[in-house]
Amino acid sequence: MALLQISEPGQSAAPHQHKLAAGIDLGTTNSLVASVRSGVAETLADSEGKHILPSVVHYASEGVIVGEIGLKHAVKDPLNTLSSIKRLMGRSANDLNSLGSQLPYEFVDESAGVPRIKTRRGDVSPIEVSAEILKVLKLRAEETLGGELSGVVITVPAYFDDAQRQATKDAARIAGLNLFRLLNEPTAAAVAYGLDKRNDGTIAIYDFGGGTFDISILRLNKGVFEVLATGGDSALGGDDFDRVIAQWIMGEAGIKEDASRSMMRRLMEESRRVKEALTENAQSEISIEQDEIKWAGVLTRDLLNELLAPLVRKTIAACRRTIRDAGIEKREVDEVVMVGGSTRVPLVRTLVGEFFECDPLVDIDPDKVVAIGASIQADVLAGNKPDNEMLLLDVIPLSLGIETMGGLVEHIIPRNTTIPVARAQEFTTFKDGQTALAVHVLQGERDLTEDCRSLARFELRGIPPMVAGSARIRVTYQVDADGLLSVSAREQTSGVESHIEVKPSYGLSENEIETMLRSSFDHAAQDMEMRKLREQQVEADREIEALKAALNDDGDELLSAEERTQIDKALDRLVQTRSGVDADAIKDAIENLEAVCVGYVSRRMNSNIKRALSGQKVDDVDI
Amino acid sequence: MTELSDMDISQNYFELFDIPVGFELDLSMLRRKYQELQKVTHPDRYASASEQERLLSVQKAALINDAFTTLKHPLSRAKYLLQLHGVNYDDEKNTIADGAFLMQQMELREAIASIPGTKDPYGAAAQVIEEIEKHMRGLYGFLQREFEVLIPGAPVEEMLDAIRKLQFFEKLRHEAELVESKLDD
Repeated sequence: MALLQISEPGQSAAPHQHKLAAGIDLGTTNSLVASVRSGVAETLADSEGKHILPSVVHYASEGVIVGEIGLKHAVKDPLNTLSSIKRLMGRSANDLNSLGSQLPYEFVDESAGVPRIKTRRGDVSPIEVSAEILKVLKLRAEETLGGELSGVVITVPAYFDDAQRQATKDAARIAGLNLFRLLNEPTAAAVAYGLDKRNDGTIAIYDFGGGTFDISILRLNKGVFEVLATGGDSALGGDDFDRVIAQWIMGEAGIKEDASRSMMRRLMEESRRVKEALTENAQSEISIEQDEIKWAGVLTRDLLNELLAPLVRKTIAACRRTIRDAGIEKREVDEVVMVGGSTRVPLVRTLVGEFFECDPLVDIDPDKVVAIGASIQADVLAGNKPDNEMLLLDVIPLSLGIETMGGLVEHIIPRNTTIPVARAQEFTTFKDGQTALAVHVLQGERDLTEDCRSLARFELRGIPPMVAGSARIRVTYQVDADGLLSVSAREQTSGVESHIEVKPSYGLSENEIETMLRSSFDHAAQDMEMRKLREQQVEADREIEALKAALNDDGDELLSAEERTQIDKALDRLVQTRSGVDADAIKDAIENLEAVCVGYVSRRMNSNIKRALSGQKVDDVDI
Repeated sequence: MTELSDMDISQNYFELFDIPVGFELDLSMLRRKYQELQKVTHPDRYASASEQERLLSVQKAALINDAFTTLKHPLSRAKYLLQLHGVNYDDEKNTIADGAFLMQQMELREAIASIPGTKDPYGAAAQVIEEIEKHMRGLYGFLQREFEVLIPGAPVEEMLDAIRKLQFFEKLRHEAELVESKLDD
């Protein structure tokens, strides 16, 4: 029994302090931040009322621009405008060969390690690019909530491997965020959904986003969310839909494979537009006019369905496998929840409905549901709900193993094992007098090391020389609640020990993170700059709009041609500077405009007063 | 309410969940007990606790997960029960000398290999899987009866043999499922 607490007379126990926490959905195409405020979980908007932040980072000569404004540079300046960067998280430079040809960026020529992309502001890693997006969301949350965040929950696709999770964690650190937890996106969706509906049962979360596909089967029971199995494809998403459509256009329009980067961007943009248009309409017109190519055509929904069907069928096959891994029958699935922008495509809804033989649930905004779920978990982890019963029991998506003789993989922890988990296995030496043992940590389902993802290598040294086969080396794999692995090895008879946190061979070293952290202290200043810029831009927009309305109203009547030219010039200057990133220049332009308009403004006031007074008797006016 | 420090890690898995020792087990009861324990030990409950408490919680939650997984599946449950009675199942020595059984394995393996070529591959796959599961049910039935008698009266060698055969069938079923899932590609 808990003891009753007694406070000193006149001193009451400290009131429960609400800690600020947020959930972040760091998506391939779009990112969002949400928080629980007065008991309600909701996504947070920027100063213009927009909730969705496009996951696009533009490296301009004056600074880094994230989101909508950055997106505008995609076609003009593709090399300095990075999008879909999540696809590169945790990938080695070598991995790029499978993805690289489709990416319109210039990579620094390196064969190993973290890939780096050339931009005009220097080479950047995908982790740093993601950190830029996180910084903007952090700033937005802190501005909206009015204080510093005590911590955040960031979501990752359930199918992310150890390297991809570690990369996300590093990005959070560089962005100056205290990460409570990485949470699997489908689990986050289930939380948002489960708490909303308050029902128990078995549900399937079908999460088809911009760059990844996840299917998870969960059992809900009185606040406990137990993931039974998870599966999917970490390199299949709505971007692939766009690519398939773009390829169709290229075929129809006779555009060659080696088209310019800006042409490829244009095609991808057009493909996305068509895809979205065809969710509502039966057909959509397409026209491409660029680089001497002039082509117009029509894509019907039927043909689109034909183009997309092979990709959607891949997801259905994954559903079938995952249901089996969960050890249940398809008919036991009570409900299917749709998450992610790609589930807006009608063919996806149709095929998923046919497979599960039920109408998929689409009533929570598929773009926001993940961030909302993450914010609920963040609120609990911040300690704001001490009586909350909610508990999330997640699994690892891919088996973890060790290399044994002959390049074979011995699986130590099979996939879909509930985390946290610790498993040990004993190995022995194979040579007389062997004093060291190499441990090669791998992730994946295949039997050969070359078909699995290599996570780390380390050596246990100092084993006392013994006859082959008599040393007993116990290797322990431990996976924490974030799904991150640490491995230790210990020789049992001598007690020689070695331990590593698994940092993927192509992750960032502690040194690199340090350097980036240090440069992000300089960023604190840059963040302030960013905030100042945003404020000036809002101010500029207000001025521009008000002045245009006024000029429309009585500009001709109150201004001489010369005055008008002067005002127009000052207005133009403000419009120009506003689209840049120099806050001081915008401020100057605003002041300049205000100075030029002084005469006009006072004339307007007089005329307004006159107008207000006209038709009224002097007696009625109460001054 | 249980506290983190109260948990006795020297308990066997059945004691840990406070359920009777035996092969037959109420799965929904096991799951309920498991979730109750995780509500107390899971690291998310210690998000702002001391480093030491957090480490302790990870270790205990991992132990509970392991215990749950072991008891949940009948094959690992059978091995664990034998182990509790001092009989260790050695994975290395899983050779089977039963000629009829080996013949049956070969036939099933052939049936699996021919799935993609049949007229109705999904139907053929379902049929092979059902055949495998029929054999497994028979073996589990045998284990069930023997575990009721309980060691020392139990024919330990025959039980180990049944477990070995079940491992073979598990593997076959996995292969059949793999072939079935490749039909989609």
